[in-house]
Amino acid sequence: MTEKIGVYVCHCGSNIAGVVDVEDVAKWAAEKLGHQGVVIARDYKFMCSSLGQELIEKDIKELGLTRVVVAACSPHLHEKTFRIAAQNAGLNPYLVELASIREQVSWVHTDKAVATAKSKAVVSGAVSRVIENAPLEEIKVPINPNTLVVGGGIAGIQSALEIANAGFHVYLVEREPSIGGHMAQFDKTFPTLDCSACILTPRMVEAGTHPNITLLTWSEVVNVAGYVGNFNVTIKKKARFVNEELCTGCGICQEKCPKKVIDDVYEAGLGYRKAVYTPFAQAVPNYPVMDKENCIYFEKGTCKACEKFCPTNAIDFNQQDQLLNVEVGNIILATGYDLFDARRVSNYGYGRLPNVFTSLEFERLSNAAGPTNGNIVLRDGKTMPKSVGIIHCVGSRDRNFNNYCSVICCMQGLKFAHLVHERTGATVYNFYIDMRTAYKAYDEFYQRVLEEGTLFVRGKVAEVTDAARYSNERGKLIVQTEDTLAGKQRRIPVDMVILSSGLQPRHDAKEVGKMFGISCSTDGWFTEKHPKLDPVATMTEGIYIVGCAQGPKDIPSSVAQGAAASARVLDKILQREVALEPIKATVNKEMCSGCRICNGLCPFNAIAFIADDNVSEINPALCQGCGTCVAACPAGAISGTGFSNEQINAQIDGLLMKNLEPVGA
Amino acid sequence: MTDQFEPTIIGFTCNWCSYRAADLAGTARMKYAPNVRLIRLMCSGRLDPTFVLRALSGGADGVMITGCHPGECHYIEQNYKALRRFLLLKRVLTGLGIEPERVKLVWASAAEGAKFAAETTAFVEEIRKLGPLCWGKDEDGRMKDDEDIGNSSIKIHPSSFEKEVPA
Repeated sequence: MTEKIGVYVCHCGSNIAGVVDVEDVAKWAAEKLGHQGVVIARDYKFMCSSLGQELIEKDIKELGLTRVVVAACSPHLHEKTFRIAAQNAGLNPYLVELASIREQVSWVHTDKAVATAKSKAVVSGAVSRVIENAPLEEIKVPINPNTLVVGGGIAGIQSALEIANAGFHVYLVEREPSIGGHMAQFDKTFPTLDCSACILTPRMVEAGTHPNITLLTWSEVVNVAGYVGNFNVTIKKKARFVNEELCTGCGICQEKCPKKVIDDVYEAGLGYRKAVYTPFAQAVPNYPVMDKENCIYFEKGTCKACEKFCPTNAIDFNQQDQLLNVEVGNIILATGYDLFDARRVSNYGYGRLPNVFTSLEFERLSNAAGPTNGNIVLRDGKTMPKSVGIIHCVGSRDRNFNNYCSVICCMQGLKFAHLVHERTGATVYNFYIDMRTAYKAYDEFYQRVLEEGTLFVRGKVAEVTDAARYSNERGKLIVQTEDTLAGKQRRIPVDMVILSSGLQPRHDAKEVGKMFGISCSTDGWFTEKHPKLDPVATMTEGIYIVGCAQGPKDIPSSVAQGAAASARVLDKILQREVALEPIKATVNKEMCSGCRICNGLCPFNAIAFIADDNVSEINPALCQGCGTCVAACPAGAISGTGFSNEQINAQIDGLLMKNLEPVGA
Repeated sequence: MTDQFEPTIIGFTCNWCSYRAADLAGTARMKYAPNVRLIRLMCSGRLDPTFVLRALSGGADGVMITGCHPGECHYIEQNYKALRRFLLLKRVLTGLGIEPERVKLVWASAAEGAKFAAETTAFVEEIRKLGPLCWGKDEDGRMKDDEDIGNSSIKIHPSSFEKEVPA
């Protein structure tokens, strides 16, 4: 054997050593795999610690190791750590192989003997494989300094501003006619009760006027190609039917438009807008959008009132959707959330009982710029409620709907209680399962609402009904609930019920994730690279997730994530180039018979047929390293670095213990 | 239960979905049958069917191929190629006199740690019912030396087989 292999078995504290006899694994590797070239096998408490790494580095230098196997956690966690350690000691980083005996053994199996035996097999597989590993060099590609931010809510705005302020260009794409997101719909923000618009709109204006930000509203990303540093993104800019160059945002078209449409996006169905509209007065950009579905001209062929009155001739009924192509180096997804559809909890009566409101409806009711000018009234538009019930955890922490806690609903329910109390003097009941007021100044707010006299009933509400049983219930909504503190069932008559609905992943999150090459969790939120240590990056390099797209969160956390992702992007931009994994396929021209089987297999068009030489050739810049062509080549002419036939076959044999020293040898 | 047959299973996983599902099963401390030993590929499309034959001829009683759900491939559509090869491979296995059920295809996304664990355990049970493959093993499950195989009731000689199929 020419290779000198070091095997390092990690205890991971008790994470591995609690189930696997790590000392035995190391001893076994030294004895049984010696003929394969294992010259040293050690176990250590924490291989990933600096002492553990130094151990490996020292052995590489002193024993002249040519290959290293680390039996520890998943390569997705620490492969890089040990590769860097090898590099520091002068060994090519791709000559290090990780054997996952934590995620694949100690954490999923319980029998110590079986787990130890399996660990040996996994180590044996890695030893056989590492012999076949070839030294590789990372591929460096330049990074495009432009960034794409998808979603113009507060998280996306924050991301865009941070990068733009650092001097780099940002394309901010928003599906709706204006940026601002859900935050623009709110009246007050907890726990400080700042006016939401007052803190948000300056940021919106800044993003809209920033010289480094190209704002693309009423636009959607339709295709993403390329990889970190070099994404090519196609954006569909939907026809606005308003010429943005000419429009001054004077608003005359909206005044003159004869068609009223229920606004179920911005006003949550409580108010009207025109067929040509800006969603709200402070919209950024402030030029309107024509709603083709509802415009009388598009329906009947006549009207054009807006065109007649427009002082700058900005209305253009012939505008078409445009496809724009932009090149960016990094992408931040800030696509936000959908509100849980409260109709699904049919026993709470939303959609059937008029005076049951969703949280977003209440936000609009209480907003001074909303359809009722901030007057909290019943669905009839005039009666002020004398008693209000606020139900928490609607659609959240409920096996029938979503298991997770939506984080913001408790504080939102408390905020509603305060606003109702302040503006109407009504008696307010909050029906909660558990009161979750974590984070700075949140619990103090709860105490404040308690002191204001809001009544709290701990228990899950069974039903909201208008079927009165007693005279005091007539004409009211009755909240039927358990009271777990009193140990009783209660019926509480109120005039108005507000459902503190939870947050859900966007209805199209899965398709969006697929387009950008990232995955969703079981609940449907985008999956971060590491839940604790890398919460804004994803498994796909160059794609970041911020705000509620990653999971339910409040405004401060969304802003923090927006800024965090920008820091990551700026770090990438300032490095000017990015190192790509050198996992690529190559054709051995001597062996290629020119059969062209591989040509049609590559979805990235990386394989070209050179007719003159009668061979196929792979463009390394386009190859993504999936290896499908390698598996398909009947002549064995294509080889894939990092995952060669030799490596995989050796690993199969190793896992099946075909590499053990023959008895008596 | 000492005489219970414990099959050896080789599992091929995709770097982007099923390998992460296995990681997730670990992080969530889900328990599954320890008979499976995993190999990471960048994509199920990398799976050369000869890998499966090599595993079976080398002592594995079953092979589990895992990849991203249809339409969710990290490389756009390469899992469909894995599916095609899987279907062809099953026919080849039948022709070789091997129960095609010894090879199973499982789609598991990165979020499906529970599915990965459940499918693994279920597959081990299926193979347990089928019994040992004995394609290169004696009845005690030990690897046979090549010379022994001539006396075996199994006609296909794995070493000659390896020569036919370019590895």
